[in-house]
Amino acid sequence: MDYDVIIIGGGVTGTASAWYLARYDLRVLLLEKGSDFCEGTSKANSGIVHAGYDPLPHTLKAQLNVRGNALIRELHDMLGLDFVQNGAMVVAFNEKEVKELEHLRAQGIYNGVTGQEILTRDEVLRREPNLSHDIAAALYLPTSGIICPFSLNYAFAENAMTNGMRPVFGAEATAIERIGGGYRVESSKGTFTARAVINAAGVYADRVNDMVAERHFTITARRGEYMLLDKTERGFISSTIFQMPTEAGKGVLVTSTAHGNILIGPDSKDIEDKENTSTDAEGLDYVMRLARKSAPGVNTRKVITSFAGLRAHPDGNDFIIEMPVPGFVNAAGIESPGLTASPAIGEMVGTMVAEYLGARRKERYIEERKAIVKASQLPLDERKRLIAKDPLYGRIVCRCEEISEGEIVEAIRRGATTLDGVKRRVRAGMGRCQAGFCTPRVMEILSRELGIPMEEIRKNDEGSEVLV
Amino acid sequence: MRELVIIGGGAAGLSAAVSAYDSGIRDILIVERAPELGGILNQCIHNGFGLHTFNEELTGPEYAGRFITEVLERKIEYRLNAMVIDVQPHLVTYVSSEGIVTEETKAIILAMGCRERPRGALNTPGYRPAGIFSAGTAQRLMNIEGYKVGSRVVILGSGDIGLIMARRLTLEGAKVLAVAEIMPYSGGLKRNIVQCLDDYSIPLYLSHTVTEIRGKRRVEGVTIAKVDERRRPIPGTEMDFDCDTLLLSVGLLPENELSLKAGAALSPVTGGPVVDDTLSTDIDGVFAAGNVLHVHDLVDYVSEEAAIAGRNAASYILSGSHSEDKVKVIPGNGVRYTVPQYIKRNAGSVTIRFRVSDVFSNATIAVREGENVLKRIKKRVLAPGEMEKVALPGPQYNEEIGIEVEV
Repeated sequence: MDYDVIIIGGGVTGTASAWYLARYDLRVLLLEKGSDFCEGTSKANSGIVHAGYDPLPHTLKAQLNVRGNALIRELHDMLGLDFVQNGAMVVAFNEKEVKELEHLRAQGIYNGVTGQEILTRDEVLRREPNLSHDIAAALYLPTSGIICPFSLNYAFAENAMTNGMRPVFGAEATAIERIGGGYRVESSKGTFTARAVINAAGVYADRVNDMVAERHFTITARRGEYMLLDKTERGFISSTIFQMPTEAGKGVLVTSTAHGNILIGPDSKDIEDKENTSTDAEGLDYVMRLARKSAPGVNTRKVITSFAGLRAHPDGNDFIIEMPVPGFVNAAGIESPGLTASPAIGEMVGTMVAEYLGARRKERYIEERKAIVKASQLPLDERKRLIAKDPLYGRIVCRCEEISEGEIVEAIRRGATTLDGVKRRVRAGMGRCQAGFCTPRVMEILSRELGIPMEEIRKNDEGSEVLV
Repeated sequence: MRELVIIGGGAAGLSAAVSAYDSGIRDILIVERAPELGGILNQCIHNGFGLHTFNEELTGPEYAGRFITEVLERKIEYRLNAMVIDVQPHLVTYVSSEGIVTEETKAIILAMGCRERPRGALNTPGYRPAGIFSAGTAQRLMNIEGYKVGSRVVILGSGDIGLIMARRLTLEGAKVLAVAEIMPYSGGLKRNIVQCLDDYSIPLYLSHTVTEIRGKRRVEGVTIAKVDERRRPIPGTEMDFDCDTLLLSVGLLPENELSLKAGAALSPVTGGPVVDDTLSTDIDGVFAAGNVLHVHDLVDYVSEEAAIAGRNAASYILSGSHSEDKVKVIPGNGVRYTVPQYIKRNAGSVTIRFRVSDVFSNATIAVREGENVLKRIKKRVLAPGEMEKVALPGPQYNEEIGIEVEV
């Protein structure tokens, strides 16, 4: 066997599994069909660390949400996550909804959510003066937070790699065969064998499951569209504002992001094409309308970008975490609250695999992962010292987010090979000009650091070359 | 303490520096974030610059070169690769590979220019593949870096950079299939429509916008459709184009994040600081000029305006602030905005620049002080894409100045 474990998928679920397995003496390979980690469902979502009030009790979603929330709050320093525990409110607009708040609160208590409070209209407006005056009451959730989803995905991946995990990009799993003592996985980057396989293939997890297991499930891509507002709107809302949950999910939220933008969305639409991350006018109109219901003054003239993400929606409504065949583990149907739950999913999947393999703990395991330094956020004297040590940290490349060449070089050193890879690691191009000014400079730096010609610089996957 | 710090070494900053020097100020520092002086002019390699200033047609780099020479001859100090990260009254902080420096200064001129409105601000539906560029980014990649950005191109928006790029791409062998403009008129200069589109038979679709972007990795095509008077696409009018590139030239936004940090009041219409006839913002000792103040269509006017800011900053440095009574300038019917927004009562002769809000033909610009008509100027054509100006002789202004278009 080439490896002990092959993980299929480099999103937050796959990398969280790798992160947890890193503490065991196991050889781990991760196959990712995209050109980088965090290229599918994990890259486009609300970035909320949910408290856990809305999953139905006794579901995996409820259990792993609350556990994941606690783990993120515990681990964010150790893993260098861009995380803020900003609290959330579920707002009610009428008497019927106010009654439902009580039900949600009871559900939250049952799920193990701590610190919940029902706030009166006056208290809601005192804390968030820009919310609608039509709000009757709200359920306050102090353990709710906001996180940069990229930072979580890269933190898991980098820590796992520090501890020996090997990723292969551009490697789409095309067939899995059970062989004596394990599995043979064929991919577009070659064939690999391992004693165990973890299916963390996001919207494609049903297809990967079908390569091995008898039991069948279906993953539907459920698209959500979002709009991101300029940091000039910082402070408009400080907590995360949910409306009453419905069948389709937690509805349209208005939130601050971990970096101080305002985010509104998502809508919810089931789609056939599992790659269809296009936005449409109807969806964006819906998002704006519903966001205004919570916060009438939300300034949609300050939108700097809109985007769509795909939820990996399972037919049974709950996460599918199981071992249908010895040594083959599904981590499928990881839709909301999947980002929040990810460390707990990693823990559950990792434990399952480690027990199956009878793995031993590593003697030397590095727990910490350091985030890339954010020069502009440092105290002045620390920033000066950093520049004195490495002058590249004094050369600003992305003017909107004030990102230096030093940070971009570090992103490349940690594995970024594309414009999106740089953007998601250090936010160059994430600001109000949306990479208008820094694109040529970032391309030059990528070209120089990677030793490839400018014509080969891509936005993300193969075929997305910037120049012709 | 320094006398004057100028933020930005482009057209506005260079002209302001020369003018402040010639008004008696010696201790000047220009802080420029790029590796060379000249700003965006460096990538504008087409000609047509300087007709008003030098009576000849220069390219962008040549025009910048004239001012850079003037700055060098006067031995005005400048820093390159240095980005200002904070402005407070009489304090400018900038970062460079040499560290972080805070300059204490008597006066500051804001000359940071503008940026392009990105796609996100339009909420154009569809995918987000490679091959979507703002026109200026494409211009930089072609003219400074020397790369080809696309083979078959659709341009959304008819701002001047987009028009210039339509010609530039054509000359480099690309096929520009269409320019779509959501408004019923172009946002660019008439001369650019003629010289960059008509001369190359590139169709301009007015009252049209992009309704879909196709292609997951690289742009594969776009759909454009006609819009109604409320700018909503009309079903059934869609036209599909197979292309690998979409260029956006959908407006420029003054870049005023530093002005906001300094606490300057901004105009919601121009996006730039509110200024009086000396181009002083409402913050003591902070002046503004060029595209950071309002977006210009000709660099000659940027230089002219920045020279006024330089002169007034000099006079402020030499004689201190005069907090004087001001009158308001009110944009009336058909006028979108004016710069300045205020005039000092004893200002003397003043030039007011403004833009109209629609296309007018055979109209009259009327300037009033209170009820009293100061001027009536007949105009054959007025268009939002062309900045207008009126000169007022002064010497005193006692009541509000109103400017309007009479049809």
